[in-house]
Amino acid sequence: MLIVMLVLSGPTWAGEARPLADDPVVEARLKRLAVELRCLVCQNQTLADSDAPLAEDLRREVRGMIVKDMSDEEIIDFLVSRYGDFVLYRPPLKATTTLLWVGPFVLLVGGGIALVVALRRRGRKVEEVVITDDEHRRVEQLLSQGVKRP
Amino acid sequence: MNKFLLPLTIFGIMLGFLAVGLTLNPREIPSPLVGKAAPVFSLPQLHEQDKVFSPDDMKGQVWLLNFWASWCSGCRTEHPVLMDLANSGLVPIYGVDYKDQRGEALAWLDEWGNPYPIVAVDAAGRVGIDYGVYGVPETYVIDKQGLIRYKQIGPLDDETVEKKILPLVKELQAK
Repeated sequence: MLIVMLVLSGPTWAGEARPLADDPVVEARLKRLAVELRCLVCQNQTLADSDAPLAEDLRREVRGMIVKDMSDEEIIDFLVSRYGDFVLYRPPLKATTTLLWVGPFVLLVGGGIALVVALRRRGRKVEEVVITDDEHRRVEQLLSQGVKRP
Repeated sequence: MNKFLLPLTIFGIMLGFLAVGLTLNPREIPSPLVGKAAPVFSLPQLHEQDKVFSPDDMKGQVWLLNFWASWCSGCRTEHPVLMDLANSGLVPIYGVDYKDQRGEALAWLDEWGNPYPIVAVDAAGRVGIDYGVYGVPETYVIDKQGLIRYKQIGPLDDETVEKKILPLVKELQAK
């Protein structure tokens, strides 16, 4: 059943992605680029996923540029110069994006320090329990009994 | 008391960030085009189809370029503001009919009024891409040299016109 479903769903998806060109090389490059690019209308979708008319237009543009044999960099520059870094799912490291890139590591280090401090404090709170000789003997006795049991 | 001070501070900072976040509009993406030359185009006009409109025709003037469409509900909201601005005669507003049907666009202007001296037709949305349009209406303030000075994403309202557009237009016209 699952196999039947997979086989049936395959062509539907592929058909949607290539209304214009049929060159598989072009389509493969388009797909690879489109998952890195954000659709500006539905902002949490990639250009590859989105069904918004603008995403459709942008895919057409990108496809056109691929056919013209432009490099990935040129294509990405084309989009960034129009829509800004926001179209990139992986924004470049710049002054304005430092917090974005460094933030998680700062949080990680901060969390690590907090954890160490908390553990040390807790360690200090545990009091050394003094065991008397009597208690020691009783422990040994109990342990040896435990061993004898089948 | 001391025990709660640190978590409380962190909570306070987070609350501050979230509060600021709530006031931001995620749809407003700073345009990289502000400060750059308005992309060139030459598009057929809506009313006189055999004529074209190009931003080059506007050199030496401060003007607004407004992307709209008859299918766009935000454009309907914005429309009275554009009409008022056009009637004030302070700055001309040129329109680009974005990915629209000609008949519907003409009917829309007939019904609600036409604030534009000229409307250019961008049927395929190709010029829209050059201008980084991702949701109509969008409005650009373009200066005498043909540089984009401001981009409004979404409908213009009276407040934006009063506080941002008109002061900027006056400043640019004086240059």
